Amino acid sequence: MTTFTWLILAAAALLLIAVYLSWTAGRLDRLHSRIDAARAALDAQLLRRASVAQELATSGVLDPAASMVLHQAAHRARQAEEEEREVAESEFSQALRAVFADQAQVAAVREVPGGEETIEELTAAVRRVPMARRFHNDAVRAARALRRHRKVRLFRLAGHAVSPQAFEMDDEPPAVLDDRSNPA
Amino acid sequence: MRIGIVCPYSWDVPGGVQFHIRDLAEHLIRSGHEVSVLAPAEEGSLLPPYVVSAGRAVPVPYNGSVARLNFGVLSAARTRRWVNEGGFDVLHLHEPAAPSLALLACWAASGPVVATFHTSNPRSRAMMAAYPILQAALEKISARIAVSEYARRTLVEHLGGDAVVIPNGVDVDFFASAEPKSEWQGETIGFVGRIDESRKGLPVLMRALPEILRRRPGARLLVAGRGDEREAVAGLPEELRDRVEFLGMVSDEDKARLLRSVDVYVAPNLGGESFGIILVEAMSAGAPVLASDLDAFAQVLDGGRAGELFPNEDADALAEACVRLLSDPERRAELRAHASRHVRRFDWSTVGADILAVYETVIEGAARSAAGPDTGSAGPDEGSDAGSDAGSDSAVAGGTDSGAAATGQRPRSTGWRRPWG
Repeated sequence: MTTFTWLILAAAALLLIAVYLSWTAGRLDRLHSRIDAARAALDAQLLRRASVAQELATSGVLDPAASMVLHQAAHRARQAEEEEREVAESEFSQALRAVFADQAQVAAVREVPGGEETIEELTAAVRRVPMARRFHNDAVRAARALRRHRKVRLFRLAGHAVSPQAFEMDDEPPAVLDDRSNPA
Repeated sequence: MRIGIVCPYSWDVPGGVQFHIRDLAEHLIRSGHEVSVLAPAEEGSLLPPYVVSAGRAVPVPYNGSVARLNFGVLSAARTRRWVNEGGFDVLHLHEPAAPSLALLACWAASGPVVATFHTSNPRSRAMMAAYPILQAALEKISARIAVSEYARRTLVEHLGGDAVVIPNGVDVDFFASAEPKSEWQGETIGFVGRIDESRKGLPVLMRALPEILRRRPGARLLVAGRGDEREAVAGLPEELRDRVEFLGMVSDEDKARLLRSVDVYVAPNLGGESFGIILVEAMSAGAPVLASDLDAFAQVLDGGRAGELFPNEDADALAEACVRLLSDPERRAELRAHASRHVRRFDWSTVGADILAVYETVIEGAARSAAGPDTGSAGPDEGSDAGSDAGSDSAVAGGTDSGAAATGQRPRSTGWRRPWG
């Protein structure tokens, strides 16, 4: 084979590698935007949960002690700095479970005008938080798996993007608001 | 909402995934959404208005049996066109890990994608070994749904990541309000499923039958499903064969009436089940259920509280439990009462609202992150506004018990019979 043929072959090989790497970079980019979307969805669900709870706490429907516990926990969850957020949201979940420990509390809220709607909203919110969190962590896992790959590290395909972190929290909804939670 | 659903298997061939997609699509349409289903179908077959044909599926040897799948340039082009012209807010793929339409759609998709994983039998382990090959396509899926906790475990084990569990749906009121048929009543045991597929477990029930009939001479077995009837009773003593009645393939209506009529419904399946929709249908119709203790069945039966379980493949245990149930009306009433509360979670009103919640979550996330990095972490005011808006939407969609009652009123479309077997 002539030198010229070798050159052509080498150029073709290089081109293939370049295409492959750029395709991988595209995959990574898509995963990063999937994480952004999942994170935005999770943020929205967490905010929704906190705002319904705060509304409820200031409505005067609950007893003063329960109102204070709920309001304080929801407020802390909303105001928490990024690194304290998982803890604050977990504590808020615990507060919700403590306030809605039995069916009587739910029934009491349902009785007042507009209470039915509030319970519906809260139920939707406490069910969607775990859902959104699962989707987020699933995306994080996929991105981390790809980023660990040799080709990605060797060619720095991830650029300067920080390594994505899973969002770990206690998101167990109050049992009385989630009577389908039993494994099925 | 504009929703595109992709069905991997031929629309003209009856199967669990197809029925699930049909019921889901009809539920979503009734809730006021625009739905288009892309499915393989024979040329010239009669399709509901919401189904778009992706062409004929080709039989190929795959994963140890012959599967009918779509692939190649023509299918890919049709799929791409359907995705591009559909303008969907969300794409919902089913069984995306098979080399089929769902995978092609995944390839063509650019917006939010939701996927439901139905399979969980160990037989598909070979297929799951191929997952790394699919990884690049599967990465596009923003939200994964598994049909049971068992299916979720299998998925996590083989694919990593996570999924939310949303069970398959059943129109509970359709079964609950069916009219019992007098000739199917009076110490009857029911079985629905293919006769000649040993996986469905009819042979186990046949082995248990002599003992059941010895202790309950008045009992009868009613079998609905396709297959060779003579072969099925071959192992049974001559004089007992007239205690077994074969009904052949039955329509949806007759299946519901059968389940309403029997005293015990037996599901002796040997394995390979990821959900067990027939158990939910039996419970909806008020039939006390006796099932083999497969993981999936135990979950559907609330760990044995909504129905009884016997050790898989154990004909003696099956006979014992069946005789006990037939001679204990109180226990049957207790099971009926528990099951009728338990099945509400499988009603389309509940399941449909959960699936819609998944759609809304991924659509909202995509819209927010597309709108810019700032909108994601919105201030408290903006957040609470968005919160109350979307919250009340979901309350409507969620429509709990009253909603279920309302949907139960509508006439069920009988245009497409559900042949069994």
